[in-house]
Amino acid sequence: MATLLDTIEGRKIAGHRPCPRLLVDEDGWRFAANQLSAGYWTLLGLWGDTGAVHMAVLDENAREIAVVTMPCPDGHFPSVGALHPPAIRLERAMRDLYGLEPVGSPDTRPWLDLGCWDVQHPLGERGHASARRAPYPFLPAAGEGLHQIPVGPVHAGIIEPGHFRFTANGETVVRLEQRLGYVHKGIEALMAGATFDTAARLAGRTSGDSTVAYALAFAHAVEAATDVEVPPRAIYLRALMAELERLANHFGDIGAICNDASFSLMHAQCGILREKTLRAAQACFGHRLMMDAVVPGGVARDLDASCVTAVAALLDEIRRLFPELVELYDNTASLQDRTATTGVLRGELARQFGAGGYVGRASGRAFDARKMPGYPPYDRLDFEVPVFDAGDVNARVWVRIREVEQSLALIDQILRGLPAGAIRVAIDPPREVREGLGMAEAFRGDVLVWMRLEGGRVARCHLRDPSCFQWPLLEAAIEGNIVADFPLCNKSFNCSYSGHDL
Amino acid sequence: MRRILFHSLVRRPLTEAAPVKDEEMLAELGASVARAARRRLGRSLSIREVDAGSCNGCELEIHALNNAFYDLERFGLHFVASPRHADVLLVTGPITRNMREALERTYNATPDPKWVVAVGDCAVDGGIFSGSYAVIGGVSGVVPVDLHIRGCPPCPTQLLKGLLALVEA
Repeated sequence: MATLLDTIEGRKIAGHRPCPRLLVDEDGWRFAANQLSAGYWTLLGLWGDTGAVHMAVLDENAREIAVVTMPCPDGHFPSVGALHPPAIRLERAMRDLYGLEPVGSPDTRPWLDLGCWDVQHPLGERGHASARRAPYPFLPAAGEGLHQIPVGPVHAGIIEPGHFRFTANGETVVRLEQRLGYVHKGIEALMAGATFDTAARLAGRTSGDSTVAYALAFAHAVEAATDVEVPPRAIYLRALMAELERLANHFGDIGAICNDASFSLMHAQCGILREKTLRAAQACFGHRLMMDAVVPGGVARDLDASCVTAVAALLDEIRRLFPELVELYDNTASLQDRTATTGVLRGELARQFGAGGYVGRASGRAFDARKMPGYPPYDRLDFEVPVFDAGDVNARVWVRIREVEQSLALIDQILRGLPAGAIRVAIDPPREVREGLGMAEAFRGDVLVWMRLEGGRVARCHLRDPSCFQWPLLEAAIEGNIVADFPLCNKSFNCSYSGHDL
Repeated sequence: MRRILFHSLVRRPLTEAAPVKDEEMLAELGASVARAARRRLGRSLSIREVDAGSCNGCELEIHALNNAFYDLERFGLHFVASPRHADVLLVTGPITRNMREALERTYNATPDPKWVVAVGDCAVDGGIFSGSYAVIGGVSGVVPVDLHIRGCPPCPTQLLKGLLALVEA
């Protein structure tokens, strides 16, 4: 069978690792968009650069990833979103940041630029921003007896800001449209020209709940670009941190989803497990969320023998307490009544959008960056990726439950197989131009980082949160549900605002 | 009867002016109300959290305040859903330009007297995000701040210390 690399015509760029980067003309770009639209490839990312657009694509059957680049010195390119809807918001963001015009895009509204910045196209040819823009036109919904409910950006709970515009008929949601961008911090602009250290710290603060995964994806990209081999002990310690992060977040989510169905007992009990996990992380790595613990070249802090015992004790405790909670979840009819058949995401949509994490896996898409492209030490560890087909809130809870069990088994293997030796190698920043792509599996899905290094610094870095492909699916999943079930559906997706807005 | 009615219309009312307030009695009553209010409400603050651009790390730790280990409510502190119900705004993040107006409007919607607590290193001066075109850098650039709780993110114990100091003050 023809693989991705065989089918696309382009010039291979030297110095891009670990996958190829291909320079294509307009026809090649359109071909790639068609491959995505036909479902042969999956879109992993789409971002701008100075005078060029890039997309990262995955051929799942061939297990191949490539970056496709089209130069666009005159500032426009054929819209991918016109053929493949998952690209629409990425193109809107790219236009706001770079001023690159996706010709033929079905949606020309701004996305991250809410009309509050002093500059226009901050990453492209900067211009002074004009006066405040016209009001944002939300997509229409026509019909009798419809009313709109605007929610946010400041929400009722302790959560991130974003705007939700519901159109409802009585209790039933007819259309939800999200408006995001409120927490846009300009991370990619801050990355440009930054040292590895500063850039790694920024990557670790793209979405705080996934700080380990972001630092890991960033480190993978740096190490690919600079061709550096990380010591085995560091690889294992990174996996330990990543699994602890997954555990803590899944406990938080399972509890919070139940809490949104007014079942606070689960919330309280899961909160205890989450806190214990964070305390173990603090004891072992000096930070509850393990920020800045994964660094390019290895890890910042070694694990001493007493910590191995502490983590083992944590695992014992979770194994004692968690099954009871799972039973409680499974046997509480009033809770099941809320989660089962609520917020169904169809499998075709999950596949079309390349949804990762529990959103994809609850709707039949098994993709996991730990398996594909895969990275050590997971190739040496035994674990399964749980997949469900129902696509409802309940299935997204069950994916998390099963992943907790898998993470426990993974940590067992990590502690058993933990190699001795160094935990970090120094990276000599290369003077010449190098490029790297890195991925890591965060608790909510795959994080992708692409970078170009120049003169020993980061020249350009793009970070793509798993939420970029999950947020639009929440709009689809809520359709036909009642307004009161939105918090439940939203929590079961638990998309990142900060990771998306950057 | 007509004459009585006519007189009551044209004559000044018999009702006398109110007596001058007895300052002593007022003071006594005031003190007792203050004691009761202090006893019932004095160690209680309603908190509204506003994320104005945080990476959500601070939110995770603020959430943790509600878990069984920290149990924020035992101190009379609790989170509310609306700024209209709040005494305290707990603000996180480097204040993105895109959130500026929302923060200002939340502040204006909070009744006086109110306190603003800036949480996290970004909320002090923008932290690692300062200098970005998209960030104002620090809560005090937008609304007056009464207390800073530093950390990236501050751990729940640090948050608790700061909030308890506010209750005592």
